[in-house]
Amino acid sequence: MSQPTAICPNCGAEIRFRWPSAVQTTCEYCRSILVRHDVNLEKVGQVADLPPDISPIQIGTEGVYRNTAFQVIGRIIYSHDIGAWNEWHLMFSNGTSGWLSDAQAEYAVSFLSQPENGWLPAANQVQLGMEYQQQGVRLYVTSLTQANYEGVEGELPFPYWDKERCLFADLRSADGRFATIDYTEEPPLLFLGEFLEFEALRLANLKEFEGWPR
Amino acid sequence: MSKIVPKPKALNCPNCGSQIELRAMGAAASVVCAYCNTTLDATNPQLTILQKFESRMKVEPVIPLGTRGTLKGSVWEAIGFQQRGINVDGTNYFWREYVLFNPYKGFRYLSEYENHWNFITSIPSRPVTGNSAVNRGTASFGGTEYHHFQTAQAYTWFVIGEFPWQVKTGEGVQSMDYVAAPKMLSAEMTQNEVTWSQGEYVTGQEIWTAFKLPGTPPAPNGIFANQPAPAVTGPGRPWLVFLALATLLFGMMIFFAANSRKEQVFRQHFTFQPAAAGEKSLVTPVFELKGGTGNVQIDLDTEMSNRWAYFAMALINEQTGDAIDFGREVSYYAGVDDGESWSEGDKHEDFIIPGVAGGRYYLRIEPETDPPAPGVSALTSSPINYRVTVTRDVPFYFRYLLGILLLFIPVLFMGRKGGNFEQTRWMESDHGTPPGWPSQAGQSDSGDEDDE
Repeated sequence: MSQPTAICPNCGAEIRFRWPSAVQTTCEYCRSILVRHDVNLEKVGQVADLPPDISPIQIGTEGVYRNTAFQVIGRIIYSHDIGAWNEWHLMFSNGTSGWLSDAQAEYAVSFLSQPENGWLPAANQVQLGMEYQQQGVRLYVTSLTQANYEGVEGELPFPYWDKERCLFADLRSADGRFATIDYTEEPPLLFLGEFLEFEALRLANLKEFEGWPR
Repeated sequence: MSKIVPKPKALNCPNCGSQIELRAMGAAASVVCAYCNTTLDATNPQLTILQKFESRMKVEPVIPLGTRGTLKGSVWEAIGFQQRGINVDGTNYFWREYVLFNPYKGFRYLSEYENHWNFITSIPSRPVTGNSAVNRGTASFGGTEYHHFQTAQAYTWFVIGEFPWQVKTGEGVQSMDYVAAPKMLSAEMTQNEVTWSQGEYVTGQEIWTAFKLPGTPPAPNGIFANQPAPAVTGPGRPWLVFLALATLLFGMMIFFAANSRKEQVFRQHFTFQPAAAGEKSLVTPVFELKGGTGNVQIDLDTEMSNRWAYFAMALINEQTGDAIDFGREVSYYAGVDDGESWSEGDKHEDFIIPGVAGGRYYLRIEPETDPPAPGVSALTSSPINYRVTVTRDVPFYFRYLLGILLLFIPVLFMGRKGGNFEQTRWMESDHGTPPGWPSQAGQSDSGDEDDE
């Protein structure tokens, strides 16, 4: 796969894209947040200090989901009252993009989806226990999370920075399916996916933890 | 490009100053000081105090925090411990929970009550709750239906170490347990969410082996909610033994039936004259019973209607004079009442004499019936025609069928033992009885409260 390159408008370092469709990335050297306009990169912000890293996943981690290989190329970091979590941006070997969320080592893979019938409950409508059917799966709202946007890293499929309070509705089914409604956008975004065991993702190139051989 | 995440540095408790070890590599939400029991926010390095609590009880975990063990194929480190309790009719029942951690695989839990252990995984699913055909709350998960066991308000009494949530001493959550031994499902409800977890019964020995604990595990008391029934009372096992023995008996029956000679050695018609005077007994001609010891079947076929007769008989060995006495009553009544024909009794009787040695024998037969009454119809005075057949070495079904029947007894007994196990298990539940039985306890079935 060709790797388009560009120059950081802030520090002049070379920016190498892993994914040709990336819209946003961060400079590894000066930590500028850069948004792509055709061939030019525009600095839109600066990555603040990220919260301490607790995830075994990092940019460059590789894995497999439903027989398709992926590589982790970016992330969005959120925090709420019991800690931080990551939404890792995945680039699949077939060119599609998806997300691997990792909250306290509970892993789920999801994909941006168009809601059937075009309907999603509005932020002031959504409530715990609410049933929401998608693709024949009965999902129930099991948690509503007011999260803080903490930062971004790497390549993302859309421009995303400088968020503040973010409302997320998490939905679960009886059999491990999963959905998130992201109310930071208007209209809200729907992500559909499933929970997976750590072993099932066949992850490689993970971080290591001192005193914890894998 | 792999970088190693260092073990977090030990910090000092902002309340008492003692050292606090952080073992969850930053994944925990709260940590409780092992010395002053103050709950601290583990998500910031300042360890902001979340709760100060004067714990009235001190409980020592049997798995010391920081101990690692291999359980269910993964390495886990015990990082948190709490004692929780429920209050039933004024009595507190306590159990203990351990938080286990692996930086790649996240959190698992162990619970221990009266030395019964469970390995618990939180499940990212929402089991379907409802009511089953046996009128007991149910929760379905992974193709298994779990039956509601208990709903209770669980309080945290004592805590030390790290937790993936903000643990607070004295706080209560509603918990519901559903059972399908050896597994159980639990739902815990807070204001914001319902979390489900699945427990699997593990033996104390597995825990002792996994964490290399000193000594031997104390024996568990009573029967726990999801304790598997002992193997001998497990479904199938006694029935398999029964099936094997019954098949053996049946095989023997078929074998001996196929090998029996079933040889007719004597048959003769006789007429009994009740009205005749004088000696009523008669002897048959001599017949030979061949071979060694074997059975003999005597068949009596009568032509009687609406009367009875008693046949006293003896099988007598011609050489030795040894007699085997026996007798049979034959009665047969039939008629038509209100247009419906009926009958009672049998014109035929047979019996088997086991273990008769070979030799020459004859039968002595002495029939008896109501004496002919004067003026009564010829019915009671008419002669009775009957036929006697002697058969040597007949197949013998009854003994085997009886044997198979007797085999049922231990099976039923073991089934009852299994039943007792289930009854004892469910005695501790809100319902007092196993699913499918009427509830005995006062508390109503609340297994489906969280549905919608």
